[in-house]
Amino acid sequence: MTSFLEKVAGKNRTSSANRAKERLHLVLVHDRTDLSPEDLRSLKDRLIAVISDYVQIDAGQTEIQIETDGREQTLIANIPLKSPRSRH
Amino acid sequence: MNGKVVTITSGKGGVGKTTTTANLGIALASTGDKVVCIDSDIGLRNLDVVMGLENRIVYDLVDAIEGRCRTSQAMIRDKQFETLFLIPAAQTRDKNAVSPSDMVRLCDALREELDWILIDSPAGIERGFRNALAPSDEVLVVTNPEVSAVRDADRIIGLVEAEEKGPAKLIINRINPGMVKRGDMLSADDVVELLAVKLIGIVPEDEAVLVSTNHGSPVVLNEKSRAGQAFADIAKRLKGETVPWMDLDEKDGFFNRIGKMISGGS
Repeated sequence: MTSFLEKVAGKNRTSSANRAKERLHLVLVHDRTDLSPEDLRSLKDRLIAVISDYVQIDAGQTEIQIETDGREQTLIANIPLKSPRSRH
Repeated sequence: MNGKVVTITSGKGGVGKTTTTANLGIALASTGDKVVCIDSDIGLRNLDVVMGLENRIVYDLVDAIEGRCRTSQAMIRDKQFETLFLIPAAQTRDKNAVSPSDMVRLCDALREELDWILIDSPAGIERGFRNALAPSDEVLVVTNPEVSAVRDADRIIGLVEAEEKGPAKLIINRINPGMVKRGDMLSADDVVELLAVKLIGIVPEDEAVLVSTNHGSPVVLNEKSRAGQAFADIAKRLKGETVPWMDLDEKDGFFNRIGKMISGGS
């Protein structure tokens, strides 16, 4: 449990250091890949369009994100397929 | 002799590259190693004043590279340490006066005579940085626990990797333990986690750094200074020694001590 003094001193979830860390994490992910959040959204839309030409997918549940492991970054796409039975 | 070329760089300006270079140079030379510090920030010469050698300059880096003097003539001997030298930057030229291959040639010659060649890189990612990186065997990236410095350090670390000069090692300069405790400054752990590189030094914020720079006598010579101690530790790590990390909490602020008393430690 956080002590009263720690709370007074601002050592909680929303401390400015935590905020800095979160912001930096996001900035570095995009700096390292040279891929802006806007690019990533556009990539996702085009990916959905291409895959949909071959198989039915759940566009609303599709997720694309960059995962970081050390200085290595991986583009992860999670694309749920619609089961054939759910087709009309 | 087969000297090692160490480049000290940062991306962002003002984080402490020159201070780090001067202090590492002295710490290494104080054990008898032969050391030359090269100021590669052409047009913005600074290492000379930090080392207190500004009145002894005759020839500079560009003079040596363009053959107006022998390399040994551009090497200014330190006031205190016989085995420490400075090659100052040219003040009236620009960065294009030197090329990366010039630096490789110069450092290859210096390797024969010295144990350590420390290159103080200019800020930025342009020609001056490329010059400082080209001859490097080991790269030290200096940063501060602050968003813009960490972001620039990440960029530099990536560029060092791309040039196959990595992995760079990290120096976190000007950590304020009290602010870290209050949650108002990124901790060394935070910075290392974000940048995902190996740490070689954590230097606490210390007024003694400015005071000693005023005198032109780097802080590592002040045995009472914690920053001085931290720089001495980095020099030992560069030499391959295992040095325990300094306890940054030693100088707790008043509220932290009261807090510890109330919460019974931790």
